[in-house]
Formats: sequence, structure tokens, C-alpha cells
Amino acid sequence: MLEEPLEEILESINLHKSLMRDGPHVVINANRVLSSKVVDGLEIEPEELPDGVRARLRVRQGVKIKQPVHLCFGMLPERGIQKILLEVEIEDEAEVSFMAHCTFPKAVDIQHLMEAEIRVGRRASYSYIERHWHSDEGMVRVVPVARIKLAEGARFSTEFELLKGRVGLIDIDYHTDCQAGSSAEMKARIFGRQDDRIKIKESASLDGEASRAVLTTHIAVRDEARAEIYNELIASAPHSRGHVDCKEIIQGNGVARAVPVVEVRHPKAHVTHEAAIGSVDSKQLQTLMARGLSEDEAVNLIIEGLLS
Amino acid sequence: MAILEVRDLTLRIDSAHILNGLNIEFWEDYVHAVVGPNGAGKSTLANAIMGLPGYRQHGGDIFFEGRSIKHLNVDERARLGITLGWQEPARFEGLKVSDFILASAREKNKDEVDRALELVGLEPVRYRKRAVDKTLSGGERKRIELASILAMKPRLVMLDEPDSGVDIEAIERIFEAISLLKREGTTVLLITHSPRVLERADHAFLMCSGMLLDKGETRKILEYFRGKCLPCPHQNVPDLNSEKKSGGKNA
Repeated sequence: MLEEPLEEILESINLHKSLMRDGPHVVINANRVLSSKVVDGLEIEPEELPDGVRARLRVRQGVKIKQPVHLCFGMLPERGIQKILLEVEIEDEAEVSFMAHCTFPKAVDIQHLMEAEIRVGRRASYSYIERHWHSDEGMVRVVPVARIKLAEGARFSTEFELLKGRVGLIDIDYHTDCQAGSSAEMKARIFGRQDDRIKIKESASLDGEASRAVLTTHIAVRDEARAEIYNELIASAPHSRGHVDCKEIIQGNGVARAVPVVEVRHPKAHVTHEAAIGSVDSKQLQTLMARGLSEDEAVNLIIEGLLS
Repeated sequence: MAILEVRDLTLRIDSAHILNGLNIEFWEDYVHAVVGPNGAGKSTLANAIMGLPGYRQHGGDIFFEGRSIKHLNVDERARLGITLGWQEPARFEGLKVSDFILASAREKNKDEVDRALELVGLEPVRYRKRAVDKTLSGGERKRIELASILAMKPRLVMLDEPDSGVDIEAIERIFEAISLLKREGTTVLLITHSPRVLERADHAFLMCSGMLLDKGETRKILEYFRGKCLPCPHQNVPDLNSEKKSGGKNA
């Protein structure tokens, strides 16, 4: 009975069922867990809630999981709320990478709300890549909030990508606390169209000696879309290093605002930032149009390249 | 038979007369060269034929396969089979070589990307996933642009200074690609002020001050160009009023 939605969700993200069958994964439609599989050292405890799912994910100490763990959060109905409450614990010296696919192929009025508490243990490594697949005409409200704590020597990287379909409204709020020798890389790549609204707040506190963080935001807005980016790095420990990179491309009546905030509280810390907002280069556009692409096709290809 | 005909083409940019009543026919399946000193109006002619912004408000008309293309946009002209290779190809940050070539390709498959790269002497396995950005040398970008043109299989291609900024090996590959384009039925128009490029053409036009001075067999034009144009201190700033008074050309 669960086969049909499972196939539909996997199809919407171009993943075949057989790929999921063999590897560790969880597939969720609205508040129903359609499929899950773990491997040694990985614990996934999903719990269905009235309007979403709570999931506890734990990777045991020293376990290194080679295959990526696929998390599929889908909403096949046109309307509804999906709340995802995640508690992630990567124990000391463990390694894991998650590929999260959030798909709303028929969205007309969907709210996808996520709250995540993530703890990455000493010298552990955690990577979380989140790809969104939205419909071309629908309205999705995406509000992910994550609080990440990195212990000594931990490595954390996250990437949020929404390049296909309409954004709707997105409001990201991620914060990472970095202990000594840990590193955080947070990246967001989003393409807004029509009246999409994008708000991103990514921040990191470099509290431990020689901790590192890079915050990268690449956003494109066209038509009437608007983007506001707030990136904040606070370095309070000796030899901590950080960089904020914010690049925004605007087309048509799109409006982009970038507010990088860097604060250094220790004389041996070093933080840099760069922010650039501009339009599509006319020579690039003419080159692609001289190969037969329409202006819209050319702009999309240029922006996809810039956001890659 | 002419694939492209330029009739009485005049173009001013700001107050400068760049093209001054130009009449040219480009015959199908030929490799043509338009040669002339810097500032002669060669690139402007190519840009006007392509219909680039800033070059469309011209007098006269341009016919492609007998049809006026004066009111067509760049992409509409490209879909008829006209394309342009720039003297300094654009850089595309983040855009993969394979995606760039595939976007241009008439047949949208990866084999076509590999074939095009091989034809310009670039190993597909080394270049497919690279970005068309500043990490490539000028010569590599020129060859990748040519690969995108080969994949497009145009009816008419204009190559603006194809030897500019490329090394000896790259220029040989570019010349081979030009021969291949001709064999595959593409009419080629080389915009150049370089004798070594001019030698590759079947037929040549000599331009100066936005006007056509001569046309004919490549060797004849080359001799004239070497003997008269290269040493000429002429500044290519036409005084149209004095031309009218004297009834001659100021070259």
C-alpha cells in the first residue's frame, strides 16, 4: 500500500527505488515513514507526529559510514504542513554524510518546517547536503532552523540547494558553535523567481582556539523576487579563522540585500568577508544567444553555473 | 549562390561612421575572409550580421538565404544557423565545459560534446567537468568556443580573429576545425588582419574605413594587404564629406 507514494517521491527526485533499497535511508511522506534502513553503527528512530515526524539520528563512536545516508522528506499532497524535528548526534570520531531530499512536486500551499539540534563529537565528521525540489507554480514555505555544536576537532559541512522550481518563501536560520580545532562550512545556493522571498541567516561563533568557519551564500533573483542575506561570524579565540562569501545576481526587478557581519574579539583571530551583487554579464548572454538559446534559457544557464 | 548578402550597410556608433554603404555577398560553402587594418569595421560587420545589441540600428539590409534578417534578434538569427566566435571568448564562472557545449549542440547528447572536444584537440576526460572560466588559458577558451560551434553545426559561422591569443598548437587545431566546418557544409567567414589566417580562405574581401576596397582571390588580396595596408599609417577615420567632394576613397 505504501509502494505508490514511495515510488512517486523517489521519482520526483530522480532516485530509483533500487538505489534506496541497498543503502541506509529514511523516506517520509507528510507524517508517514514510508521506508527506512540502517547500517551497523547508525541508529534512526523516526516517530510519527500529527503534523510531521520527529527523528533521532545517532552515529556510534568511531563508526565510519562510507555510503551517504539518504533522507527523503516529501509532501505529495498539494496543501499541508510538514514539521521535521531532528536530533542528530554524531559521536566522537564517527563519520557520516547525509543527503536530504525535500520534494514538494505538486505544492500549492505547503509549509515545510524543520528544527534541528545537531551535536558533532570530538574529531567526528558530519556532512549534510539538502536539496529541494519544488513545483514550478506552487507556494512552499520553507523554514529550517538548525543549531549545531561542534566539539574539539569536529568537522561539519552543510549545503542547501534550491535551484529547480519556485522557492515560494524560504527563511533559513543556521548557527554553529565551534570548539577548538573544529571547522564549519555552510553554503546556500538558491535561485528565486517571480515573487519568491528568500531570507537567509547563517552564523558561526569561533569560540575555540584554531577553529575555522566559511559561510558561503550564492543567490540569484529575477522577476520580482527578493533576497536578504545576513551572514555573521564572531571570532573570539586565538588563531581562529573565518570567511564570509556572499554573491548575488539580480535580473529584471529582482532585489538583493547582503549584510555580512564580522566581529573579532581576539587579536590573534582573523576574519574576512566579500560581498558582490551584480547582473548577468552581457557578453555571456550574447554568446549563448548566438548559439540559439533564448534570453531566458541563457540567463538560467548562466545563473545555474554561478550557483554551482 | 550567396548565403548571406549585405546591402548598402551603414552604421554609426555615437557620431562615428563605422560602416559606410557596404555591399558584400558571401557565397555558400566557401571559406571567406574579411581582411583589413584595425578599425576597418570588420568586427562591426560581424556584430551587425549577428544582430548584437548596439549594432542593429543600421541603414541598408542583411539577407540570409534570401530573407531579410534585419528585424531578428540574436537568438532568432542563431536558430536560422548564423553564429559568431568572439575574438575574446566569454568566461562563465561555474559553467561546466560539457554544459556549455551541450547548450549549443544541435544533437543534445554527451557523445556530441566529446566529439566536439576531440575535434579541437582537447581530451574530453580532462575538460568535460572544468568550468569555462579564468582557470582556462585564452587558447583553451578559444578551442572550447570552437567546439561549441562545431556541436551547433551552423550554416554560417563568423570567426573574429581566430588566431588571437592562441599558441602554435592551438592555431593548427583551429585551422583544422575551420577545414572541417567547410567539409560539413558550413560557410565560414574569417574576420582577420593576419596574413596567416587570410591564407586559409578561398576568397577574400578587403575593408578599410567601413568600406569595401576590393574582393577576389585570396592571393591577390593578401598581396595588396601586405604591400599597401600593413605599412599604411592611415588612421581609419573617414571624412565622408571630403570623400563626397573628391569622389574617392581615402585609403
